[in-house]
Amino acid sequence: MSDEGKPAVEMVDVQIDGEWHQFPKGTRMIEACRQVGKEVPHYCYHPKLTSPGNCRMCLVEMGMPPRPRPGEDPPEKDENGHLPISWIPRPVIACANTVAPNMGIRTDSDLTHACRQGVMELLLINHPLDCPICDQAGECRLQEFSVEHGNGGSRFREQKVKKPKNVDIGPRIRLDDERCIMCSRCIRFTDEVADDPVLGFTDRGSHTVLTVHPGQQLANNYSLNTVDICPVGALTSNDFRFQMRVWFLKEDKSICTSCGRGCNITIGSREDEVYRLTPRENNEVNSAWMCDHGRLNFHYLNSEMRLTDPLVRGAEGHETVAWGDAIQAAADALGRCEANEIALIASGRLTNEELFMARRLASVMKTEFVDIVPRSGEADDYLLAADRNPNTNGAKLVLGLDEPGQALKDIREGMAQGRIKALVVLQENLIDDAGFTAEELGKLDFILHTYPLANPTAETADVVLPGAAFSEKRGSMINLTGRLQRLNRATDGPGQTREVWEIVRDLIQALGGGNGIYLIEDVFKQMAGEIAEFEGLTLSKIGDLGVPLLETDEKIPLLERERERVAKGIIVG
Amino acid sequence: MEVPAELEKEIDERITHYPVSKRSAVLPVLHALQHHFGYISEEAVEWAARKLELEPIKVLEVVTFYPGFRQSAPGKYHIRVCRTLSCAMAGSAELMESLCKAAKIDRSGVTHHHPIAVGEDGRFSIEFAECLASCGTGPVCMVNDDFHEKVEDAETLLSKYRD
Repeated sequence: MSDEGKPAVEMVDVQIDGEWHQFPKGTRMIEACRQVGKEVPHYCYHPKLTSPGNCRMCLVEMGMPPRPRPGEDPPEKDENGHLPISWIPRPVIACANTVAPNMGIRTDSDLTHACRQGVMELLLINHPLDCPICDQAGECRLQEFSVEHGNGGSRFREQKVKKPKNVDIGPRIRLDDERCIMCSRCIRFTDEVADDPVLGFTDRGSHTVLTVHPGQQLANNYSLNTVDICPVGALTSNDFRFQMRVWFLKEDKSICTSCGRGCNITIGSREDEVYRLTPRENNEVNSAWMCDHGRLNFHYLNSEMRLTDPLVRGAEGHETVAWGDAIQAAADALGRCEANEIALIASGRLTNEELFMARRLASVMKTEFVDIVPRSGEADDYLLAADRNPNTNGAKLVLGLDEPGQALKDIREGMAQGRIKALVVLQENLIDDAGFTAEELGKLDFILHTYPLANPTAETADVVLPGAAFSEKRGSMINLTGRLQRLNRATDGPGQTREVWEIVRDLIQALGGGNGIYLIEDVFKQMAGEIAEFEGLTLSKIGDLGVPLLETDEKIPLLERERERVAKGIIVG
Repeated sequence: MEVPAELEKEIDERITHYPVSKRSAVLPVLHALQHHFGYISEEAVEWAARKLELEPIKVLEVVTFYPGFRQSAPGKYHIRVCRTLSCAMAGSAELMESLCKAAKIDRSGVTHHHPIAVGEDGRFSIEFAECLASCGTGPVCMVNDDFHEKVEDAETLLSKYRD
């Protein structure tokens, strides 16, 4: 990137805990400290929100060069050009103040420690001691900082203030006002990011309560982000609370597959069961947020309806068979078909690697009938996109589709006329999601179907294979802005579930086309060899935050507004 | 809740005193509404919010912050008894007790969030107030906008309002 035309940012010298560093002018003190590895504890400060400076947890000792009295000589610089620092006897908040030339900051002094201890004591005066039954325990900043900076015991002998508990403030969120430490992060989020300011503090004073306006609800599609940014257990998710202690969760970095945005997420799972999805910061995609729609769209992973074994239709309906037998049965039936008698319907929910294998399969089967099922919904003006397929761009690129869904009509026509005799359906439920009827599918000689769940299309299929869902596979997808991002496997699918690229690889092999693919990395390597856009890349090179791959003119409304606020200096970003 | 045209005109005029930001007019608007209706109802909060182009919660925050704003209807005559130090030492607790007895007001339902008690007939209501700024002449109280100092006998005081 070129810095041409940008005004040069002035750098200032700042001493942090005795060491001198340089920071761009305007850097918040708290960010400067963080950049050099000195974490300043804080509650109300959040880089994506305005800084009201109300929790006082980030108090640090600050100093500036002494100002000479009239007639006095100015202080002398040392050999490195730094002036001496005269320390201010009172602390300042590091979150809302910016660094200045020759400023000194002490994050580890007696005064700083005394401040943190005092703030912790104040915050804990009215805080209930219910950590053992609190869902936040284990990821609670109050708990963590209490251990690190608190007193251990309480000097408070009076009655704690009673406040509302178990308050229903929205369809997905519950509020415990006694746990609230009044940091106001949730209020600022609903106000500044979600544009749905329904939260506020009433009865300010010793009885301050966080409340939703009478008759209103915190129900917007981004409401659960308030649970993430709540530093304590005041806001908890109805979906996740009491399901699993957070320290048991295994956390894997992946991406959300509920729309084309590809929000970066962390999958929290334990023993192959997914318990929650939380947003992971990526300033090119989703900032630090995700929508409730995507966040809660994972319960099907743990569903009773999951397919667990390969099934082949026998005399008495579908029968469980070994993988090899199922693949062979499919290969036998498909091998009998002539060119263009088979249609391949893939999915915009497949990874690039899976799509690449599908493309191979199409050429082995000698068919031109290849498409995916388009999927759309209403876009909002934040993150959720109208394209509800996570990898439409990948399907366009890898399968060479101009307009996804266009060939479906031809395929249905071919089926009706008997020209198309067999279908390979990868991870799509044609009856429920693409308007196919059981009748027209029943006319076909053969259907191979992979899907995570039992579904009406599977009932019409001759070979039904359990295909892995998004948390169960590794691979890459291209989001709407053209960014190549990586999914990582968090759980193993139930029973004998397999990833689609493995299923298709075995099928190609059984159809007589050996391919020497053993690992997902091999698929990517071959794909990078054939498709110019992937050249020079590997799965590991994609990294946790993805890489820009395609030029698109797609804009992310939420990010546009965030960048505006950063440019104005309203937030750190 | 019907805001009379005259009141709305007055409120609109008050808002013009704050040309930079309408939200600064929230206190004068609430005062005008309380003066007219006697208290600030939920509808009044929403009306003020619409008027000032604010979210209702922002107005509610202000209403609940100031004890001077009432969220429930007072009696025809609203008594505010000072309970800050000088008046407390001069006998404001006893004054409160005798006023309640004389006006037949039951304060057992009073809490931090519901400070006002209203008599059965609705003529009188009562609450404690913080310093009414006449510390030398305690105990003091206010009945609507009338100020009373060195209040000794509840009956004598109330008789002025038994019309």
